[in-house]
Amino acid sequence: MISAIVFIPLFAAVIFIFVSGKNVKFFKIASLAVSGFVFLLSIVPFIKFEAANPLPQFQEFSHWIGFGLNYRIGADGISLMLLLLTTFLAPLAIASSWNYIREREKEYYIMMLLLETGMLGVFVAQNLFLFYVFWEAMLIPMYFIIGIWGGKKRVYATLKFVLYTMFGSLLMLVGIFYLWKVSPNHSLYFYDLYSLKISDSTQILLFAAFALAFAIKVPIFPFHTWLPDAHTEAPTAGSVLLAAVLLKMGGYGFLRLAIPVFPEGFRLFSPYLIVLAIISIVYGAAMAFVQKDAKRLVAYSSVSHLGVIMLGIFIFTFKAYTGGIYQMLNHGLSTGALFLLVGMVYERTHTREMERLGGLARPLPLLSGFLMITVLSSIGLPGLNGFVGEFLVFMGSFEANKTVGIFAALGVILSAVYLLWMFQKVMQGKVKNEAYMKLPRMNLREILIMVPIVILYFWMGLYPKFFISKFEKSAKFMMEISSKTEIVQVIDGGGK
Amino acid sequence: MRELFWLIPLFPAFGAAFLILFGRVISRKLVSWLAPSLVGLSFLFSLLSYIQLNGVWVKELFSWIKVGNLSIPFALQFDPLSSIMAVTVSGVSFLIHIYSIGYMANDWGYNRYFAYLNLFTFSMLLLVLSANLPLMFIGWEGVGLCSYLLIGFWFEKDAAANAGKKAFIVNRIGDFGFLLGIFLLFTLFGNLSFNYINSHVSAVSPGIATAAALLLFVGATGKSAQLPLYIWLPDAMEGPTPVSALIHAATMVTAGVYMVSRLFPLYQHSGFALELVAWVGIITAIFAATIALAQNDIKRVLAYSTISQIGYMFAGVGVGAVAAGMFHLFTHAFFKSLLFLCAGAVIHGVGTNDMRKMGGLRKAMPVTFWTFLIAALTISGIPGFSAFFSKDEILKEAYLSGHKWIWAIGVITAGLTAFYIFRLIFMTFYGEYRGEGHPHEAPKVMLIPMSILALFSIIGGWFPKSFAHYLSPLGYIKVIEASHSLEIYLLGASLILAIIGIYIAWLVYVKRKGKGWNFGFVYRVIYGKYYVDELYNFLFVTPYRKGSELINRYFDKGVIDRTVEGSGEAALGGGNLLSKLQTGLLKDYGLWMATGIIIGLFLAIRSLL
Repeated sequence: MISAIVFIPLFAAVIFIFVSGKNVKFFKIASLAVSGFVFLLSIVPFIKFEAANPLPQFQEFSHWIGFGLNYRIGADGISLMLLLLTTFLAPLAIASSWNYIREREKEYYIMMLLLETGMLGVFVAQNLFLFYVFWEAMLIPMYFIIGIWGGKKRVYATLKFVLYTMFGSLLMLVGIFYLWKVSPNHSLYFYDLYSLKISDSTQILLFAAFALAFAIKVPIFPFHTWLPDAHTEAPTAGSVLLAAVLLKMGGYGFLRLAIPVFPEGFRLFSPYLIVLAIISIVYGAAMAFVQKDAKRLVAYSSVSHLGVIMLGIFIFTFKAYTGGIYQMLNHGLSTGALFLLVGMVYERTHTREMERLGGLARPLPLLSGFLMITVLSSIGLPGLNGFVGEFLVFMGSFEANKTVGIFAALGVILSAVYLLWMFQKVMQGKVKNEAYMKLPRMNLREILIMVPIVILYFWMGLYPKFFISKFEKSAKFMMEISSKTEIVQVIDGGGK
Repeated sequence: MRELFWLIPLFPAFGAAFLILFGRVISRKLVSWLAPSLVGLSFLFSLLSYIQLNGVWVKELFSWIKVGNLSIPFALQFDPLSSIMAVTVSGVSFLIHIYSIGYMANDWGYNRYFAYLNLFTFSMLLLVLSANLPLMFIGWEGVGLCSYLLIGFWFEKDAAANAGKKAFIVNRIGDFGFLLGIFLLFTLFGNLSFNYINSHVSAVSPGIATAAALLLFVGATGKSAQLPLYIWLPDAMEGPTPVSALIHAATMVTAGVYMVSRLFPLYQHSGFALELVAWVGIITAIFAATIALAQNDIKRVLAYSTISQIGYMFAGVGVGAVAAGMFHLFTHAFFKSLLFLCAGAVIHGVGTNDMRKMGGLRKAMPVTFWTFLIAALTISGIPGFSAFFSKDEILKEAYLSGHKWIWAIGVITAGLTAFYIFRLIFMTFYGEYRGEGHPHEAPKVMLIPMSILALFSIIGGWFPKSFAHYLSPLGYIKVIEASHSLEIYLLGASLILAIIGIYIAWLVYVKRKGKGWNFGFVYRVIYGKYYVDELYNFLFVTPYRKGSELINRYFDKGVIDRTVEGSGEAALGGGNLLSKLQTGLLKDYGLWMATGIIIGLFLAIRSLL
């Protein structure tokens, strides 16, 4: 079941190779159809999922390479939600590219589908080696998407992206090799790793290695500077998936691997990580405020918002942890949507310089409305999705440590400052350029991309229980595993 | 109604959703019927519930947030306190919807306007009817959002867009405190419903209750435009005038007073917090009243007046007189929205906000003049008009509870109030017309709501005793009986000052036609609003902006990026990074990974076979 969801895009991409590149329309429609189908398919495990069982369900196993390097996938509540986030956004990202991408379309849509497989694989892999394979594999299409279809400074941006992630990946690889060596039967199954007994000093080293890889991915201050460049240069769909899905992998890595496998390491580092998360919140917001490029502004806003997510995970109280995971989904939606909308503005005006925009609400009322509601979701207006996650994270942090809670909640003010500023610069005031009065309004395709996202803003904001109940138990379980120094034997939940 | 009162906020919610979705395709005529009628339904339901109310009604609709030990139901509460708010809000909102049909008739954003106005009414009703703090916070921020949208309604004007943004951000500063207050209360009580907190306050120490109460009060100073966060309200006058009447006079800005009254036992338990509320209120009252003395924009005078009057309400609640504070909130809703609607009619008639370009409008706009005069007499505290009762109730309670200074400042403020409001009347309606064009009276659709409000401005205060009595089931309302002679002496003081204020205004602006009236330096400082905006810019706005720019340039790009680029170059053995990349770093890496994946797939297929 899960395998089919993960590999259908790859399978389609392989078929695409044999289709003539001249048939542009085919690639557009087929890739949308495939990713749409994958989304529909991913609803099945969502419905069948037993929320009371915290362990990975729908497990599939094959020996694959052997020596512990097995193929094992499955999804617990957390994986399930991230899986759904990815399958939900992939078709929207593909649809958003239809007009934007005007060269080498065949390769582009192949890359998008490969990317989808890679991203999905990361969230459902239950074997560390398999996780690593997907983790790396997903980067290739992303490199090409930015490097080929990106903006003017794409080469520089791609290089930075490569350097940062390679550095992190190599450290992680060393850690994986060590774990493989010490694990009984060389098992790299996550739930076997959780019960490993590793000495404290080794845990500290290994945690540092994994944490660095994940911190770059998140990114946490001061490892964030690849992000604004990568985002600004990437084509819209690249930015959307980068922000919505790729950035979640760092946080996911922390909660799935670094923290539960090396709890002592986490215990030692957590005060520093908490401080870095708070710095990210405030620093990202301050940097976003002074950007001149709308896309760069949104990129820095991600640094700030991911600070909130990571704080939720690092502070390690149940409310904050759950809120952090929920906020991953919220950030995926609202920041993904911000990139989509900035992309739509760019397609029309061919600029993202906010000084040259302005007054677009008059010619583009609907686009302006969608941007407004997305801004509100992003700044955590109560009643919409962002509030629930932020509220839980801030409250959980406040309960654990009042100072941390106070500093973190500053984000409430700062996010309103930069996002309303951006909205004003782009949409309000007098129209800067008379030609803008004749800009084409949103077309049906663009409206249909935005509508499902907006519905989710309200759904997730007014009835969060529907979503939280799916992963609550798994979150609790991951926390329990991570807090115990003496690990109890974990019962395997799925079949082989 | 017990089972149906939860529908009260839902009518305008439906209206807002409908108008936002279909506002662009339906006719103005339909909007003009739909939007006011839905609010009218809310009013009807509020009134019926008010009549039938006995005790406290709570209706839990569904569970909103439930994680761990945190459980927040989506629950509404109809009790004496919220019922008064619900009736006032829906009633005034209904009248202002009607008035807006005339005022906004020629605006291109007509349907959008009514969508926002419905959304506001929903949010405000949710705010007052919520049974717990987080749910109130939805309404609290929701009204802030509508305020933002409506202040910036004419978004092509930079001043309007700026004012909207300023309002939102300043309110967010307040809400930062409000949120922390919610968190602290949760750690103390483990439950966020008003009834639970109010009945368990004695379980916590007064010190920690003070902290929580003050954090929430920070939110109240933002929403209700009190010192030090009042600065957004005068700018908010950029919005359409009916909006100023509804949101920035009658309803939203009084939310802070309502919140403190709602959690009064918490404030009382703290003691210090309550005292601070009283002092912030009365100092704001006199501070804003002095600024109002010298403004020439008709709406700004009223804006500062609103700040000042809300200060009175806080002073009332702060000295322990919840009933008096709420009573003034109630009468203020009528006379202040009337003042704004009249000002709107004047602006509608002459096409400017500047009182220096008005004058002599008495003859051209008789109905507006008389209703305006009624409102002015009301706010001045002339006997028989509603605010006479409510304001003096506050002052009396202040005096009797031993807050003699608060009483004295309040009396002086009453004099200032009478002066600035009659200065406004005289500059606008007396003397010679100083503007251009032909002033004309407003249409009936505007005059009728004004007349209804004028009626309520007069009679709204005639039942002070029954008002307190009605609130008494809350358990923390006390009715103090003062001796008759003391009462007359207290009333006399503020009445005399009010009459002196009106007389001086007449002397200066009618008899001497406003000439030769200049305090020099003092006047300039007041006219410049004590330069508080400039001070805040200097202290907070500019440093944040400049600091961020410097960090962006010298640290983010300078230090971090240079380090990364440097280490990259070092790793590649120096040389030009870009050319290195093009010569194949990316390709090589990609190739290696691709090879790995192919091998992996091969093995996968093999293991399947």
